[in-house]
Amino acid sequence: MKTFPIGGIHPSDNKKWSKGSAIEVMALPDVVTIPLGQHIGAPAVAKVAKGDKVLTGQLIAEAASFMSANIHSPISGTVTAVDMQPNGQGLRQMMITIKREGDEWVEDIDRSETLVKECTLEPQAIIERIKAAGIVGMGGATFPTHVKLSVPPGKKADVLIINGVECEPYLTSDYRTMLEYGERMVVGVTILKRALGVEKAYIGVENNKPDAIKHLKALVAAEQGIEVVALKTQYPQGGEKQLIAAVTGREVPPPPGLPIDVGAVVCNASTTVAVYDAVQKNKPLIERVVTVTGKQVSAPKNLLTRMGTPIASLVELAGGLPEGDVKVLNGGPMMGRAMVNLSSPVTKGCSGITILSGAEVSRDVATACIKCAKCVSACPMALEPYYLSKLSRKGAWDVVEAHNITDCIECGSCQYTCPASLPLLDYIRLGKQTVMGRIRARAAAKK
Amino acid sequence: MTVLLFTVLTLCVLGVLSAVVLYFVAQKFKVEEDPRIDEVEKMLPCANCGGCGFAGCRNMAEALVKRDDISDLFCPAAGAEVMKAIADYLGKAAPVKEPRVATVRCGGTCEKRPRTNAFDGAKSCAVAASLYVGETGCAYGCLGYGDCVTACRFDAIHINPETGLAEVDAEKCTACGACVTACPKGVIELRKKWPKQRAIFVSCVSKDKGAVVMKACKAGCIGCGKCAKVCEFGAITIENNLAFIDSDKCRLCRKCVNECPTGSITMIGLAPLPKEPKVAPAPKAAPAAPATPAAPATEKAEK
Repeated sequence: MKTFPIGGIHPSDNKKWSKGSAIEVMALPDVVTIPLGQHIGAPAVAKVAKGDKVLTGQLIAEAASFMSANIHSPISGTVTAVDMQPNGQGLRQMMITIKREGDEWVEDIDRSETLVKECTLEPQAIIERIKAAGIVGMGGATFPTHVKLSVPPGKKADVLIINGVECEPYLTSDYRTMLEYGERMVVGVTILKRALGVEKAYIGVENNKPDAIKHLKALVAAEQGIEVVALKTQYPQGGEKQLIAAVTGREVPPPPGLPIDVGAVVCNASTTVAVYDAVQKNKPLIERVVTVTGKQVSAPKNLLTRMGTPIASLVELAGGLPEGDVKVLNGGPMMGRAMVNLSSPVTKGCSGITILSGAEVSRDVATACIKCAKCVSACPMALEPYYLSKLSRKGAWDVVEAHNITDCIECGSCQYTCPASLPLLDYIRLGKQTVMGRIRARAAAKK
Repeated sequence: MTVLLFTVLTLCVLGVLSAVVLYFVAQKFKVEEDPRIDEVEKMLPCANCGGCGFAGCRNMAEALVKRDDISDLFCPAAGAEVMKAIADYLGKAAPVKEPRVATVRCGGTCEKRPRTNAFDGAKSCAVAASLYVGETGCAYGCLGYGDCVTACRFDAIHINPETGLAEVDAEKCTACGACVTACPKGVIELRKKWPKQRAIFVSCVSKDKGAVVMKACKAGCIGCGKCAKVCEFGAITIENNLAFIDSDKCRLCRKCVNECPTGSITMIGLAPLPKEPKVAPAPKAAPAAPATPAAPATEKAEK
């Protein structure tokens, strides 16, 4: 069974709560709030003002630069505000608020269910459509897809990998997408192959989803150059670099090295479906599948939700918050971010809402590091987490930079495995943020 | 016996030879250094706090000796007297700087700013600030995990467990600014130090709109601007829904304190002005009338 070569952990996958629930189409929200910065890169620039009427699928914010993404209205109605509002973490962010009136769509969007397999567009035209549709990586990293597909001169992509791993415990949105939207996804793969001009595409799926593997294998049987690869269930199998190593055996060079340096482009399963919708149906990225799950959740669900829907209404549909102290995570338990504001909206990178009870998540008291090096063996990026954490805590930014803290993918394997319950990732993340800031400042000073 | 003798003799000879070699080497590679640097360093507090902008006291001493104009070099930890002594020793004009004190501009105590969630991560303000808004609804106030306490070399700042806020011991504070740099929320400011630790400042840094502030904290500044209107010295400015009192312009007249509807203007070491009885119930008459010019005269004499 293929897997990545270094580190990794085996948390209980906990997918059983929501994996059986078929994707449910959620009722249209009455009010949506759309953050302008819901992707990596520069926040989009608002194209609408208070009082404007918008249609479903209409461009409401335009990409500010190459490394940015368009944003479209997920509903039709009136813009009631363009102002600063708290996001899931309570931090203020520029958002567009739209109040729904009816359900009118932009005319040239094809809303029929028919599967359009044929795609004769030129690669550049495909990328343009993806860019116009505002598609970003929907696995959580929210990297603009058109940037990924625009291979820089001098480099050549020779393999496309579709990330259907979903190694994050609890979440099942990609799994349900692969099962239910598999046909669209496979067409999406052929479109991406065409855009990149590659011969070979792999769909990587962890082997804890045997029915998804079987289903996709049956779908790609008739296709040329698409192969479904079953991967060992090991966290973080779905990390971009880990997936490339597992599928092709190639190692992505450290930052600023990118997957394209080894000829690979990785695209998430849900993103591939969005690519199909954008290219074949002219439909921008205005909805996505969100898992709402947790042991205490009475009705875990996979919901097809419009962007901007308040997370509270998703939680309500899944049976509401359980009694007592709870931790609500935007994402899964490993990489998800705890939320303090449930009226914050579903965004392009929101693959799931995990609700855990206080007892499940309370941290043990941190004791001293005994240098057991468990974190070192768990780190999939071959870093020394105990060392980076300690130095970040002391503010030794030059040293942590020299020890490649920017390589960290923040998967949390080190903290998961630490027998001393040390908050390793908390400090490493702080160190990484600070070092990235310093690198940016240096680059700006050079210019 | 002979073994002992030879051993001692060999060592003695080696010692003498090494001494001779070392002497000549020391002469050859001698570093000429101004002896005054050592003297000045001794006069400095040797706390290596970095408050002067240099990495340590030695670097500061070097700069003091080598530069002709030392007017922009000031050791906040040592204070004006020591700087004057150093300047006299070096025969240069002493740098003048008004004494300052670190001030925590947040009044969101546990009582006034209720906790809405519990933070379970590493107990560090920098970590918490990088992750989310904090344990309360306020996105700007003191987080209370004590990064400033760790940064302070003079034991001058502590977290009060009752209020959950950082508190400065003005006697110990040297205004080195380490806490200002350490605070990820920018809550701490170096303000003019008045005698007897007197101070008036807006204990809020929230840039949110009034309604949002009120929801999160009962002690927050809502940016209503009443204080700015009443200030006779132009010390108060309102920007981004937040009042700011310029400590260099403020004369501690205390009029603003009575005006503030949320009590976010904090007064230390001063008796409150008597609140004048509301003369007219008509609200329009308020802005021009309420000045009571009786009290501030005595306080001004202090300066």
